[in-house]
Amino acid sequence: MHNISRSVTKKDHEPKMSGRSVYVGDVDMHGCLFGKLLRSKYARAKVLGVRLPELPEGYTYVDRTDVPGDNNVNIVMDDTPVFARETVEYVGEPIGMVCGPDEGVCQDIVDRIEVDYEELEPMLDLRKADEVFFNYEYGKGDLDAAFAGADKVYDEEFQTGYQEQAYLETQGMMAVPEEGGRMFVHGSMQCAYYVHGAVMRVLNCGPADVHIHQDVTGGGFGGKEAFPSILACQVAVAAHKCQKPVRVVFSRREDLEFTSKRHPSLCHYKAAVKDGKVTAMDIDVKFNGGAYTTLSAVVLQRGIICANGVYNVPNLHVHGRALKTNTTPTGAYRGFGAPQTYFAVEMLMDHIARDLGVDSIEFKRQNLVKKGDATSTSGLYHFDVPLPEMLAEVDQASDLLRKHKEYSKPQTGRFRRGIGFSWHFHGAGFTGSGERDMIKAVARLHKYKDGTVEVLASNGEIGQGLRTTFPKIVAHELNLPLEKVFYDHPDTSRVPDSGPTVASRSLMVVGELLRRAAIKLRNEWEDGKDQIVEERFKEPDFMIPFYLDKFQGDAYPDYAWGAQAIEVEVDTLTGQAKILGAYASFDVGTPIDYNIVMGQMEGGFLQGIGYASIEHMNYDDKGRIRNNTFSDYLIPTTVDVPNLNVQLHVREFPDGPYGAKGAGEVPLVGAPGAYVEAIEQALGGKVSLEHAPFTAEDTIKALAEEDA
Amino acid sequence: MSDISFTLNGRPVSYGGSATDRLLDVLRDTFDCKSVKCGCKEGECGACSVLMDGKLINSCCVAMGATQGSDIVTLEGFRTTERYKVLDKVFAQFSAVQCGFCTPGMVMAAESVLAQNPHPTEDEVREGMSGNLCRCTGYNAIVNAVLAAAKEGNGLW
Repeated sequence: MHNISRSVTKKDHEPKMSGRSVYVGDVDMHGCLFGKLLRSKYARAKVLGVRLPELPEGYTYVDRTDVPGDNNVNIVMDDTPVFARETVEYVGEPIGMVCGPDEGVCQDIVDRIEVDYEELEPMLDLRKADEVFFNYEYGKGDLDAAFAGADKVYDEEFQTGYQEQAYLETQGMMAVPEEGGRMFVHGSMQCAYYVHGAVMRVLNCGPADVHIHQDVTGGGFGGKEAFPSILACQVAVAAHKCQKPVRVVFSRREDLEFTSKRHPSLCHYKAAVKDGKVTAMDIDVKFNGGAYTTLSAVVLQRGIICANGVYNVPNLHVHGRALKTNTTPTGAYRGFGAPQTYFAVEMLMDHIARDLGVDSIEFKRQNLVKKGDATSTSGLYHFDVPLPEMLAEVDQASDLLRKHKEYSKPQTGRFRRGIGFSWHFHGAGFTGSGERDMIKAVARLHKYKDGTVEVLASNGEIGQGLRTTFPKIVAHELNLPLEKVFYDHPDTSRVPDSGPTVASRSLMVVGELLRRAAIKLRNEWEDGKDQIVEERFKEPDFMIPFYLDKFQGDAYPDYAWGAQAIEVEVDTLTGQAKILGAYASFDVGTPIDYNIVMGQMEGGFLQGIGYASIEHMNYDDKGRIRNNTFSDYLIPTTVDVPNLNVQLHVREFPDGPYGAKGAGEVPLVGAPGAYVEAIEQALGGKVSLEHAPFTAEDTIKALAEEDA
Repeated sequence: MSDISFTLNGRPVSYGGSATDRLLDVLRDTFDCKSVKCGCKEGECGACSVLMDGKLINSCCVAMGATQGSDIVTLEGFRTTERYKVLDKVFAQFSAVQCGFCTPGMVMAAESVLAQNPHPTEDEVREGMSGNLCRCTGYNAIVNAVLAAAKEGNGLW
């Protein structure tokens, strides 16, 4: 193992372990105001009027008329309002905010506000939705010829549901007016500079008039990528009006119901097979974007780029749409569009193999991409594809290949077993030329006179270990003890924009900038002197330029890889599936800290298992999300799985620090395909399962169909 | 109506507010025990776990009236003990802390598991910690850390 992979005590261990870390909800609120949001009761309605009760002294109502700048939150587009416009577009859309010194009194006022609505017909059905937010199409080869010459053609539809990030700390944000008119916003977030840009626009002020600080953040998983920009704008407007600090911390119900979550999907696949190989796929992908566009464009891009999975499909056509419905806007969640399409393509491959009478793992292996093959977007797999070795590693740990054949034989009795397998890649960094053209990351090192070095970057520690791994890289290059290098939570008034904490990019992209900066500092080092060095992003030379209008070129420089097997025992009486074992091999290149990377792998894998099995969330015919508590939206506990069996396969990326690649997302992405295949096998392989999550209730339904 | 008296982290305290107030809110707002986190306020997540008369409870589900005469221990009190030192060491060794929001509750749950059963099996640890949600770790590191604490802290529990 590389020296740098040796685990250390995390830099933020002590304050978090002892409970001394200050999250935004822990801030002393003397002299500050609490905020409570007034939310729409309807999925779509005109707001005719808002009638306030008499407000006690010290209480203020804030809405769109109080926004000094533009009432739009800058995300990718700018259609998300800070406070609702003339119409509300989903249940829970913020119309206004009540601020005051007592949180309970604020809520009481909100409850007594009367809103006059004129109800409008909402769009709630993804199949019928006709307002297209984003529409992409690409392909290669000769689709018609491939289908005409096929031995057999397959046609299948797959569905996935919501997934809620369920970070343990709910969304929270605080705005503090400072002397001289500057606004200070701090709270739970992944992307300080996203919030900075959004608040500037809403307050109609320059970059120096606002600064954003990330507080200790209790988990993100994508849920704190774009959403904090919205909440930050709301508290900033409120603080601007009240000229006092204002804080909003969501209740769990608010957070589950009204914050962004994974896009539900509907994927239609047609595949042509000839001589045991998949020769063509024609794929139609629909994502439910909810009421506003937020991050749907980029989520959809990632989802459709990997729609053919890890398979070499020479003739390909992919059509993807993100559609508007009158529901909570969906957004970023670890995996970012990929878990939906991987689930579909992995199930499709299982079903084709079963129809052909061959083992699905063998069938998948025969269609696998390899180094030098073209990617879906006619880029190249520039480096080795380590999946065959990783399959062998998973097999060694789980006895997968033997069990997979054994469990496919007819089973009788109440308890039946299955083992499912899936594999996938996750492109590291922003899609396409995003890093080069949009993000343009800048990172700095500040060496102080006493010889300590501070990392200056805007990536946020959200549990993934950046406060430890960034300093480890710098200390390694400078030959300094780790205590001499430190990295605090970013404040935009102090750090350059090294980009957002998203897309599994922080360590691979910004970590490499810091490594290069450290080498520069080492060469320029002068004892006793205050020194600053800077590095800027440079795209690797080998990349084939990506054109978003055509979806052509290298969408990613390199890929993290995952192979996983999940073994279940289904109780055919209750429908409950017990997970007997969950095995995975993940390749994220060189681990910059073995324990930290394993923590990411295990945590992500379990989130994926939750997504596949128990994390069910939906809305009713009024557009209300009904699974708004941890009693109704279940996430895995300690007793839902045995110890996860995860190993690391290391295939280095030459342009990542010491060979490291993106790690955050890859462990989640493949679990649904493996889990649902396992259930399908346990159910005797007679029904084709086509949706995730696949819950105990679904199992009971499938058994009933089988009997009928 | 007289004040509610109880012991908090070894010191006698009294509370003059309503008997229907939540212990969670009182610990955080009146007694400044900010290690006690609010993750759901419905008894589902365990982030607000504290010990009440030695038993692990969700402080969001306890009304102040029920605390009269009881002995409450939060992480602020527990972190001064030898047992905490052992848990601190193994949680660090296994990198069992990620975002940290569930951690104070997890530590109190670990103390509760080990106090009842100084040499638990993996299944017993998992059962004992099943009321505490963690979204970051996948639980391996936490469970392994508690098992290691049982070994390292031999005799302390």
